[in-house]
Amino acid sequence: MNQNILTTHAETSSETGIRTEEMLLNVGPQHPSTHGVFRLVVKIDGETIKEAIPVMGYLHRGTEKLAENLTYTQIIPYTDRMDYVSAMTNNYVLCHAVETMMGLEIPERAQYLRLIAMELNRVASHLVWWGTFLLDLGAMGPFLYAFRDREKILDLFNELCGARMTFNYMRIGGVKWDAPDGWIEKVKDFVAYMKKELPSYHQLVTGNEIFLSRIKGIGKFDQKTALDYSLSGVMLRSTGVKWDLRKDEPYCIYDRFDFDVPTGTDGDCTTRYHLRMEEIVQSLRILEQALEQFPSDGEVIGKVPRVIRPPAGETYVRIESPRGEIGCYIASQGKDKPWRLKFRRPSFTNLQILPKLLEGESISNMIAILGSIDIVLGEVDC
Amino acid sequence: MTEENRKPTPEEKAKAAAEAMAKAKAAKEAKEAAAKAEAEVEAPAEASAETPSPSASKPISEMTPEEKAAAKKAAAAEAIAKAKAAKEAESQAEAPAPAASKPISEMTPEEKAAAKKAAAAEALAKAKAAKEAKEAAAQGSDAGAAGGDAETQAKAAAAAKAKAAAAAAAKAKAARDAAAQGGDSGDDADAKAKAAAAAKAKAAAAAAAKAKAAQAGGAGAAEADESQPKEPSKNQPYLDKYVARIKEAFGAEVIEASYINELAKEVPTLVIQNERWHDVALFLKEDEQLAFDYLSDLHGVDYEDRLEVYYHFYSYKNRQSLAVKVKTGREQSSVASVMDIWSGANWNERETYDLLGIYFPGHGDLRRILLPDDWVGHPLRKDYVQYDEEV
Repeated sequence: MNQNILTTHAETSSETGIRTEEMLLNVGPQHPSTHGVFRLVVKIDGETIKEAIPVMGYLHRGTEKLAENLTYTQIIPYTDRMDYVSAMTNNYVLCHAVETMMGLEIPERAQYLRLIAMELNRVASHLVWWGTFLLDLGAMGPFLYAFRDREKILDLFNELCGARMTFNYMRIGGVKWDAPDGWIEKVKDFVAYMKKELPSYHQLVTGNEIFLSRIKGIGKFDQKTALDYSLSGVMLRSTGVKWDLRKDEPYCIYDRFDFDVPTGTDGDCTTRYHLRMEEIVQSLRILEQALEQFPSDGEVIGKVPRVIRPPAGETYVRIESPRGEIGCYIASQGKDKPWRLKFRRPSFTNLQILPKLLEGESISNMIAILGSIDIVLGEVDC
Repeated sequence: MTEENRKPTPEEKAKAAAEAMAKAKAAKEAKEAAAKAEAEVEAPAEASAETPSPSASKPISEMTPEEKAAAKKAAAAEAIAKAKAAKEAESQAEAPAPAASKPISEMTPEEKAAAKKAAAAEALAKAKAAKEAKEAAAQGSDAGAAGGDAETQAKAAAAAKAKAAAAAAAKAKAARDAAAQGGDSGDDADAKAKAAAAAKAKAAAAAAAKAKAAQAGGAGAAEADESQPKEPSKNQPYLDKYVARIKEAFGAEVIEASYINELAKEVPTLVIQNERWHDVALFLKEDEQLAFDYLSDLHGVDYEDRLEVYYHFYSYKNRQSLAVKVKTGREQSSVASVMDIWSGANWNERETYDLLGIYFPGHGDLRRILLPDDWVGHPLRKDYVQYDEEV
C-alpha cells in the first residue's frame, strides 16, 4: 500500500540557507496515539510537516457487504463493532432507520431505556476520549481516573445487556432486555457520583499551563471550512454552528428534555476540549430527567412482525453520536435483507480535514490535533 | 504483500475475474429463474404470514367509543384504498405502457419508467397494500427495461397480475381469519384478560368491516380519493421551490424525477440528469434560495441495471434537507465529482469508487481508500466475485 511513497526522497533548502532534507516519517499503523490501526505518512522538513497522507483500511471488514446477506436483526451486532466506544448509538441508528421505513411504534419504556443507554454511552465515550487525549499529550494520570469512572458505566451496561462494549442491546421495535431490578437506582447513583467527580477532572487537568500551551490555538479552522469538509459533532460546534441533531432533528424522545448545546467560536483544540467536557454535564442532565420520568412498567419491545421486511424504497436517517453525525442509509426491495446498507460514519468524515490541518504544523502538534478530532478506527474503516 | 509467489499480471487477474464473474452471473440467472417459478406458489402463504391487519395492531383497548368508530371508518377507507391499489397494479401490469394518470406526453421512454416508479412510490405511501402495487409495477418496468421484447413483458405482466390477485385473496383470507380468531393471532398473550377481550371484540368488528368494505371495494374505488384525501407533505412546498428554481436556471429536462420520500422522514428528493449534474450541484450550493452548504452523505447503490449515487444535503442557512440521486450505467459508470464544491465529498467519492467502481471525473485523487491498491474488482457490485490467486 503506497510503497512508492516511502521510497521517494526530495532535497530542499530552507530560507535560512541551512541545508535541510525532506524526510518521510511513517506513523502507525501500530502507534498508540492513532487509537487503532491508522497510518499517517508524513513528509517533514525539519520539524515542520509539509504533507500528511492518511492511509487507512487496516480494519476494513466489509460490514456493508456482509450486511447484504444478513437479516436486519443479524446486522445489529456488526454495528457494535464499528464505533466500539459508543456502540449504543450505532445500534440505535440501524434500528431507527428500519423503524422509520416500517413506521413502527416504540413503547415508552423502551424509548427511555434506549435514551438512558445512549447517554450513558456518550459519557463513557467522552471519558475515553478525555483519558486518551491526555495520554497522547503525555499525561498518564488522567487516563486512570477516566477509566475508573468509565468502568462504572461498563458495569452498568454489563448488568443491562451482558456485555461491556459490544452490547447488541437494541432491537427493531425496542430493546432486547428490560432493566434488571434496582438498575435504575444504580444509574441514579452513578449520575450523582459523576456530577460530584467531574470538578476534580477540571482541577486535575483543565487549568494546567503545560496542557493549555499544548492545545491553545492548535488545529484551528473556521466555520466555512468546517461546513465545507462536512464536519459534524464537536468539530462543527467548535466553530460556532449551534447544531445538535438531538435538538434540531429530534429522534427517540430527546425533545422531552431540557439541555443545552454548548458551542465555541475558536475552532481549536482547546474549544473542542471544553465542549466535550461540557457535553458530559449535559448528558448527565438528560440522564437525571430521564431517570426521574422512567415509566414504572410496560413493554420493552413493540409489536413487530416476526420477519422484518421494510417496504421497498430507501431511507436515510442521521443521529448525534458522541463523535458527530452518524447516518444510516437503507435501500430495501421489500425483502428481509437490505439491498444496500450504508453507514455515514462521523469518524471517517471528520478525519478528512486532518491533512489540511497538519500542513505547516510542527510535528509535536500532530498528535494533539489528531487526538482532538476523536476518531475510532473501527468506524473509520467500517 | 510478499513477493514469494509469482504474482499474476494485472491482465491475468482481470481476465480471471471476468471469467469468474460470468460464471457467477450464469449461476445467478439460473437461480433467479427457479426462484421465480417458486414465487407464485409461495406468494399467498407469504402474504398471510405477514397478516396483522393494521387496525388490529393498534392499542385498541385504550380507545374511546368515538375513536373506535373513527378507526372503523378508517379501516373501511383503507380497505377501499387497498382494493383500488390492487386494481391499479393489475391494470398497470396488464398494460405495461404506464398509466394515463400522469402527463407523459412529453416524456422520453427512460423518463416514463422513472415516472412509473415514482407513481408507484407515491401509492406505496398511501396505503400498505400499495406495496404489492409497487412490486408489480417495478417488476413490470424492470423486465421492460432489461429485456424489452414483448414476450418478457407479457410474462412479467402475467406474473404481476397473478401476484396481485393472490395478494388480494390472501388479504381477504387474513381478514376472515382475523374475524374468526379475534385478530390476536400473532400476539403474545401478555395482555390482561379484560383488555384482550375488548381488543378481540374491537378487532373482530374492524376486521369484519374491512372484509365487507373489501367486497364493496371494487365498486367504490372512485370514492377512495374523497374518503382518504392524500395529505400533502409538510415538505412539499420546499420540493416545489427547489424544482422551480432549478427549472428556471437549467430547464425542465435536468430533473428526471422529483418526489417526497415518505420512507426517509419526507425528505424532498430529486433525480438529476447525469450530464448536467455538476452545474446543478454548483447551483444547489451557490443559489441564495437553495444554499445547500453541507454534504451529509454521498454513496453509491448498485441496482443491477444501473448504478446510482445518492447525496444527502443540508442547508444550515434554511434548515432544510435535500436528497439527490444521479444515475449512471454499469459499464463505464461516471458521475461528475463534486469535490470542488464540497470538500467533504473527497473521501466519500473515493470510497464509492473503491467499493462500487463509479468514476468521478474531476476528482483528481481517485484512489482506493479502504481496500489495498492491488485489489481486483469492486466488492459492493452485485455481480462481484472475489479474485482468488489459487483459482
